[in-house]
Amino acid sequence: MAGRDERRDTTGSRGSRLLGCAGLVGLAVLGVLAFVLTGPDVRIHPTTGEEFGQLDAVRMLYLHVPMAVLMYVSYLLCAVASVGVLVKRTPWWDVMAHSAAEVGTVLCGLVLVTGSIWGRPVWNTWWEWGDVRLMTTLVLFLMFAGYLALRRTTGDPRALSRRAAVVALVAVLDIPLVNRSVEWWENRTLHQQSTLGDLKIEDLTLFTLMLGFLVLGMVLAWLLLHRFRVGWLERAALDYSVAAAIIERRAETSDTEAYRAVGDPMPDSQVAKGDQS
Amino acid sequence: MAELRRFLGDAWLVAARDLRIEARSRVVVDQVVPFALLVLVLFGLALDADHRTLRTFAPGLFWVAVLLSALLAVHRSASVDQSDGTLDALRMSGLPPSSLFLGKAAAVFVQLVLLEAVLVGGLLVLYGVEVVDPVLLVVAGLLAGVAVAAAGTLYGALASGLGVRETLLPILLLPVLAPVLIGATRAFDDALGAAAVDGWAWTGLLAVAALVVTVVGALAHGVLIED
Repeated sequence: MAGRDERRDTTGSRGSRLLGCAGLVGLAVLGVLAFVLTGPDVRIHPTTGEEFGQLDAVRMLYLHVPMAVLMYVSYLLCAVASVGVLVKRTPWWDVMAHSAAEVGTVLCGLVLVTGSIWGRPVWNTWWEWGDVRLMTTLVLFLMFAGYLALRRTTGDPRALSRRAAVVALVAVLDIPLVNRSVEWWENRTLHQQSTLGDLKIEDLTLFTLMLGFLVLGMVLAWLLLHRFRVGWLERAALDYSVAAAIIERRAETSDTEAYRAVGDPMPDSQVAKGDQS
Repeated sequence: MAELRRFLGDAWLVAARDLRIEARSRVVVDQVVPFALLVLVLFGLALDADHRTLRTFAPGLFWVAVLLSALLAVHRSASVDQSDGTLDALRMSGLPPSSLFLGKAAAVFVQLVLLEAVLVGGLLVLYGVEVVDPVLLVVAGLLAGVAVAAAGTLYGALASGLGVRETLLPILLLPVLAPVLIGATRAFDDALGAAAVDGWAWTGLLAVAALVVTVVGALAHGVLIED
């Protein structure tokens, strides 16, 4: 029995542990592939014969690209859950929206950092003003930083969940506008076009990138699962503390007439006393 | 048709009320407009610049000043409803939330336009800019004003009633206004002859932004004030 109680104290389950272990093993394999088995990006210029390319910096992309895609998946999930909050008004959607936004923001921050580190050797700058995707991602990050700040405020959880849902939906709607405006603003991008369909990508490179998607997808699912469970417990704890406060308050008023006066049913303990007398 | 007239009549009621409060309290005229001018002066001091530099950056500095001042105006607009149970009275008045939103946004819009007019005067006098295309200047200023007022009213309602309203409002509102800042600055670049860009294309983007924010705000306002 003690074992069962212990298990209740965690947000882990057999499934999530398996997923977490698979994610860890996957990350290790990804590390070996990215750093040892795949080569640096070196290309020979067709006319001058000079070597060029991203060299070792390309290894960052095995993390950076999947994280960027999964960030969008998280935010999309948050938007869908926010619609769910406004339509269904159930805590499930609310906790899901909060979890997805939080995990998405972590990914968004990592995308900005890894992109910046990658950009230093390849673009020769930490930050490029006017690059569409950079600016869009930064604004997205800032909007969801505001979302999480709103989430940290106290108040009626139901009202807060609706306000947060509006913020998330406005943020998602605003992104195409940000994207368009930055694109017109500078009309250039340093980001390369997708080369996934490009046959020049070597098989192992492509495989490593695909493995990156798979492994980081598992890590994302693991994070979401745990964040959701923590959020659910937080909500339960809040409900519990409110219920406990009500019971405590009632206990202070021992007079049964008081209960009748406010129309509340008599607590069990009072009923029992009445039976004995 | 009668419904639309009634809808707009309700919005006008709210807008007129907010403007009447402003006319009597003069918070925007006495505090927000001077603050905006102060920001222009501070930019001038910080950049330690000659007129040529200031003219180049005038459109961007203008819109940053407008956004910062708009925060104060929005904050004022939201706090008017927080005192004396006004919000409860408004909820029980039977006014549709969307016309309530439009009315409040319209009042903020009028104040912002006033603010922009004073700030353009500031640009002419302090920064020595010249207006090349007055029509573009006015149209872009109005459209950006609509977008800022609508987004501000939406987020003002969103942050209202929270203990941390003052600090939360800027971080929620300013990132959302990023495309408006870019669009309005570029349109003013053209109107003030600061850079060779197609200001009317940017004005189109501002129109889309204004429309999106107004529609979303009108739809979402009911959700925000029902609690």
